[in-house]
Amino acid sequence: MTDLHWRSATELAGLLANGEVSAVEIAQALIERADEVDGQLHAYLHRTDERLLEDARASDERRASGQTRSRFDGVPTAHKDLFVTKGVPTTSGSRILEGWLPTYDGTLVKRSAQAGLPLQGKLNMDEFAMGSSTENSGYGPSRNPWNTKSVPGGSSGGSSALVAAGGTPWSWGTDTGGSVRQPASLCGLVGVKPTYGLVSRFGVVAFASSLDQPGPLTRTVTDAAAFLQIAGGHDPMDSTSIPQAVPDYLGSISGGIEGMRIGIVTEIEEAEGTQPGVKTRVGEAYRRLEKLGAELVEVSLPSFEFGISAYYLVAPAECSSNLARYDAVRYGLRVEGPDVVSMTSRTRDEGFGDEVKRRIMLGTYALSAGYYDAYYGKAQRVRTLTIRDLERVFTDVDLIATPTSPSTAFELGAKTADPLSMYLNDVFTVPVNLAGNAAISVPCGTSPDDELPVGLQLIAKALDETTMFRAAYAFEQDLGWAGSEEGRPSL
Amino acid sequence: MSTTKEDLFETTCGLEIHVELATASKMFCGCKVDFGGEPNTRTCPVCLGLPGSLPVANEKAVEYTMKIGLALNCKIAEYSLFHRKNYFYPDMPKDYQISQYDLPLCYAGHVDIAGDWGTTTVGITRVHLEEDTGKSIHVGGSGRIHDSAYSLEDFNRAGTPLVEIVSEPDIHSVAEARAFVSELRILLDSLGVSDVRMEEGSLRVDANISVRRRGETEYGTKVEVKNMNSVRSVGRALEYEELRQREAIEAGEQLVQETRHFDERTGTTSSGRTKEGSSDYRYFPEPDLVPFEPSAEWVDRVQSTLGETPTDRRARFATEYGLGAKDIEVLTATSATADWFETAAKAYGGDAKKVANWIMADLYGLLNEASIELTESKIAPDQLAGLVKLVDGKSISGKQAKSVLAEMFSSGKDADAVAKEKGLEQISDTGALEGIVDEVISEHAEAAAKVRAGNLGTIGFLVGQVMKKTRGQANPGLVNDLLRRKLT
Repeated sequence: MTDLHWRSATELAGLLANGEVSAVEIAQALIERADEVDGQLHAYLHRTDERLLEDARASDERRASGQTRSRFDGVPTAHKDLFVTKGVPTTSGSRILEGWLPTYDGTLVKRSAQAGLPLQGKLNMDEFAMGSSTENSGYGPSRNPWNTKSVPGGSSGGSSALVAAGGTPWSWGTDTGGSVRQPASLCGLVGVKPTYGLVSRFGVVAFASSLDQPGPLTRTVTDAAAFLQIAGGHDPMDSTSIPQAVPDYLGSISGGIEGMRIGIVTEIEEAEGTQPGVKTRVGEAYRRLEKLGAELVEVSLPSFEFGISAYYLVAPAECSSNLARYDAVRYGLRVEGPDVVSMTSRTRDEGFGDEVKRRIMLGTYALSAGYYDAYYGKAQRVRTLTIRDLERVFTDVDLIATPTSPSTAFELGAKTADPLSMYLNDVFTVPVNLAGNAAISVPCGTSPDDELPVGLQLIAKALDETTMFRAAYAFEQDLGWAGSEEGRPSL
Repeated sequence: MSTTKEDLFETTCGLEIHVELATASKMFCGCKVDFGGEPNTRTCPVCLGLPGSLPVANEKAVEYTMKIGLALNCKIAEYSLFHRKNYFYPDMPKDYQISQYDLPLCYAGHVDIAGDWGTTTVGITRVHLEEDTGKSIHVGGSGRIHDSAYSLEDFNRAGTPLVEIVSEPDIHSVAEARAFVSELRILLDSLGVSDVRMEEGSLRVDANISVRRRGETEYGTKVEVKNMNSVRSVGRALEYEELRQREAIEAGEQLVQETRHFDERTGTTSSGRTKEGSSDYRYFPEPDLVPFEPSAEWVDRVQSTLGETPTDRRARFATEYGLGAKDIEVLTATSATADWFETAAKAYGGDAKKVANWIMADLYGLLNEASIELTESKIAPDQLAGLVKLVDGKSISGKQAKSVLAEMFSSGKDADAVAKEKGLEQISDTGALEGIVDEVISEHAEAAAKVRAGNLGTIGFLVGQVMKKTRGQANPGLVNDLLRRKLT
């Protein structure tokens, strides 16, 4: 079967069920695809080809004996390299974790395996998920399949590059300030930031604990909903996990958006220097939502203006503490020194990249005695305002629509000298993490400026992924871009 | 001399006590809480702080902490949360400790301590819950980290639930400090929340102590003394420190606000760190855990499990059993000891003081010789009661009973079985003894005549002859009675 690598997870599940293809054949097709494209993309940090084939063979045996673990048994996946995988290197994109072989599987990795998904490997990312381009990876950047001079977005850029290039039907990333939605947008994919607490963080190398949330990157809305269904739901190993089961998203996904009220926030788009081509496509998307029966409502979210500032205090503060454990005592990189203090500081000096160091310093400062209230305390108050702002708006609307990113994929090196311009890439996505709501990025075609993908963000109430998926699906189906020739990079 | 010093100086002291809780599992993971064992065998990704691991709070530990707080007359917070205390140390897996900061679980309590000086009420500032660190063994040099060749880390202890009890600076003498620690130890033991094995580090004491001349309004320079692991070392360390500070003040020297380490071997304290800056732990709310709000029902339920306080028990031992102060102190030192005594007293049924006497005068001698606790001895409480009954019933003499007790102590057998085995059981059967008594009277006619003549002092000689014939097994009281009946 040709073009197997372009099939969605749902399509592959159908082919497997009908016996038209075996899990081993799918695995082999994806290995070939990786051989073909990864030299240019550098999406992988670690391929587990042997394990993939083994897992696929086991899946075929299960299917032959009528013991499949799920509908998707035999559909492979690859994880962002911060998902802890037993016996498989897990670096979180950092040199400081080089050589660490985890002794346990995280919850999401476990649940993927329990659904019978063969493991393809681990994917590149900005170091400890800090960045919007993968240029902060300790192992070199990944590239965008739509234009290999450009970044695939970040921090889950290895995941977005591989899914967009047909290297895997789906992959998990994590979204702390936009790290799933922005790379999805820049690579023409669907990316979900679920409600905080819907997907377990147990076995996710922490960046900023109160913001981190795993989310799927896929080529279709249906696959994203299905993947969330597999990995989401309560986990007793994560105290912040919401104690309830995941609802059946797929059952209501084709319900349409007739009568939905969708808020749009023109004030932010104007203020934040959104690219004209992005505005064009997102504007068309709003019109399409209207055409499909939704009512567009202009809403005001004044707190969004302070989102980036608050985020760059909360996230660094938490990361300064979360990353303290990389002290060279027990695992990962160790640079020897005459005593324990110099061993730890030399290791951290050599093992961490500039952006990680910048954020550790920023966070350490923000938490220091005498500064706590002015920085961390105030940022938490902005957070409360953001939550109230969204609660207020959501009494009137079902969803809020914005661009996912103010720009399309930028060229490698374009923003590395100016961290602040890089941070502004997350202006539409960051407030959602601060508040904990759910959001999705869906492709709305390519920009007339540079022929690179543009994403539409739909923000939902906390735990209202059902409405979010329904709207995203209606939009995707009507646009007809996903899954078409036009929706694939020529790589 | 010392009374003069007491008149001249005033000591002010507050204590911080860390107690390891005896929960089945650790504070934030399922690893077993235990002592010793092969290094790093009771560990998992969570207590090793591996990347990606997350803590889940142990509800039992929260409950135990509330129990301690309630027993110390504290208020229980309606809203409490964990904070992260950030600092680097090789035996702290995450390089931050999950602890509590401005919202401790229990606060504003007090406890009464009594001694020669009377009774003092010591305020309890707070009782909070945190996790213990691992253990470092520094190899080479002085045994401290700074000049060691290398260090070994054992994380078996890492993550053990640790309660910190902080007192107000209401302690004004070394005796009060000792009494406070001792009272807390008894209280914690009675609550069943900790093993309180101080020598194994399950209860550790730090003190803030300052000395000033009496009448001065400003407090003296505060010194933090660390590393006191027994009531005795609290006494030794604070005595040393109190004297050091008094002498410095007398000599007109300026004391330094610092942390000092107590050395068990030399009995002295020494300056802990060369650089003494104020540590900034960058506390912030632990984002991996959710705040907790103990319901009134939960607090009530815990309150109802508190049972009798050690103070109440001591009072009851005086009124119910008529015991004296010394007996009470020893017999209520741990709740297991007190339970043991009460079980024995009930099994005996008579005057409990007799049971107390046997424990205090005889059993403790054997225990001390064997270096074991009362509850570890082979003798069960009802077995001791059995022994006292044998003596009461005149089956054996008090002197014989001591050797029976020694045998019971080593074999764990019942008192009557031991007495029988030893052939000690007294002949208390009048019929059996009468014949022997008659024999003795006829064999010693001269002595018998003296008794008949009213010389009662000679009866002792005849009793002795009967005892001789029975190889000591005759009940001497009974023999005496028989002789009197026959001869007077």
